[in-house]
Amino acid sequence: MLVDVHAHFHHARTPRADWRERNVSRLTAGARIGISVHVASVLGSWGLTSPIYFPSPRDVTAGNDALLALQREHPDSIRGYVCVNPNDTAHARAEIVRCLDAGMIGIKLAASRRADDPLLDPIAALALERRVPVLQHIWQHRRHDWPGQEASDAVELCALARRHPDVAFILAHIGGGGDWLHSLGVVEDVPNVYVDLSGSGVDGGMLEACVESVSVERLLWGTDLTMDTGWAKLRYLETLLSKDEMALVRWKNAARIFPAGAFPSD
Amino acid sequence: MRIDCNAFLGAYPWRKVPGTAPDALVQALDRVSIDAAWVTHLPGLFWRDPTEGNAWLYETARKERRFKPVPTVHPGLAQWEQVLADAANAGAPAVRCDPMYLGLEPAGGEMRVLAAACGAAHLPLMLAVRLEDGRQRHPNDRAGELPAAAVRALIRSDTDVRLLVTHADRAFVEEVHFGSTPEEARRIWWDICWIWGPPEDHLALVLDTIGSERFVFGTGQPLRLPENSIAKLDLLDLPRGTREAIESKNVGELAS
Repeated sequence: MLVDVHAHFHHARTPRADWRERNVSRLTAGARIGISVHVASVLGSWGLTSPIYFPSPRDVTAGNDALLALQREHPDSIRGYVCVNPNDTAHARAEIVRCLDAGMIGIKLAASRRADDPLLDPIAALALERRVPVLQHIWQHRRHDWPGQEASDAVELCALARRHPDVAFILAHIGGGGDWLHSLGVVEDVPNVYVDLSGSGVDGGMLEACVESVSVERLLWGTDLTMDTGWAKLRYLETLLSKDEMALVRWKNAARIFPAGAFPSD
Repeated sequence: MRIDCNAFLGAYPWRKVPGTAPDALVQALDRVSIDAAWVTHLPGLFWRDPTEGNAWLYETARKERRFKPVPTVHPGLAQWEQVLADAANAGAPAVRCDPMYLGLEPAGGEMRVLAAACGAAHLPLMLAVRLEDGRQRHPNDRAGELPAAAVRALIRSDTDVRLLVTHADRAFVEEVHFGSTPEEARRIWWDICWIWGPPEDHLALVLDTIGSERFVFGTGQPLRLPENSIAKLDLLDLPRGTREAIESKNVGELAS
């Protein structure tokens, strides 16, 4: 069993003409890697009719609808995070209820609002009520604002996580750019923050540091935009960890924080 | 047969990296079934005179037959032609000069003279676009990334020079390849370590559009996990001959 906790899919109303090929490629590569379930999100229109990280309510809904359709098309292998823009609280909360009711299993917060902002509290409260985890897009040690996103870093995510200690938060793509060592130091003593190993970074020493910081109990395997790097990290982890520890990273930790029955053998 | 043309020995100044000692690199090669590695002395890239690491590199390579030394040449220093001659005499498969790390104009006069000398010596010149993701570098690690324009300029500067460019992504490779004449492009080889696999499928694309003969197996280890370059290839349905070419034959031709 292998759960990818950080996947994305595309759909017709995005800027990419090759959206079908990219979706097929993810599923094909996933089969080769041995991924049992892709837990994915769609960030609105991926920039076509509103910005990727600031999706309009209409695009949020359309993106989530596209993901629900994919989930119906691949009921064994695709699960969804409902992506929301917390700046429109009413829409975000309604969208979460709608999509969780339709079978999604988590909430995706990208970079529409800083993670420590009070506007995220109603989202986290709903996550607690529905017992689903929140995947938060993170820039590892953000030293300044980056164009096109209101990115958060581990400090800001941990502020939110401390306000909601019974909600599981997933710190996105530790290998996805930025100073991962900074993030690992911040999350170490915040037990409801889990580290997602995805991202294009395959730095020597990064996985050892992850295990040292949060232990295997709080590591989740994922890919994001580069599945080859995900597979490389999985292969290297197999040389570091025992079989039982690998099972935690591959799927058991995910099964613990996602709703019961979210995965086939759960 | 699998040859890693892009490996390092020695400590990295900007963060703790495990596995930088020669015996650790041998263990890593065993772990991922790499038969031989072209190695450069990593700390030397950050020294005022980077060639001071070359003697240790040659000595280490003499002790471990799986290491092929790729010494650093600094064309702004007085003895650089001797360094090049030493490399040729030592049987180095290539020499390396990373202008951005050495404070050189990437396509300036010194680099062009070096390119010509490498061409005359029939030694490939290796350059890295980057060593780490720019988003994570140490605040004081301010060396810029190698511009694609510099690679185009260098390959045009001498008709005999052959370049091995490491750590380049799809956009960089395409810009240089399609911004060069076919004759120029045939003198550039690219390592695969920074080219994305699925679902973006950049590696599959450039193998198709540019040709597998231009690509070689490199990892960037120990700064990067060598498992990654193998995973990229495992995710492709390559004919056996094509995979062998990428993993060893192409780099063999480059070094011949």
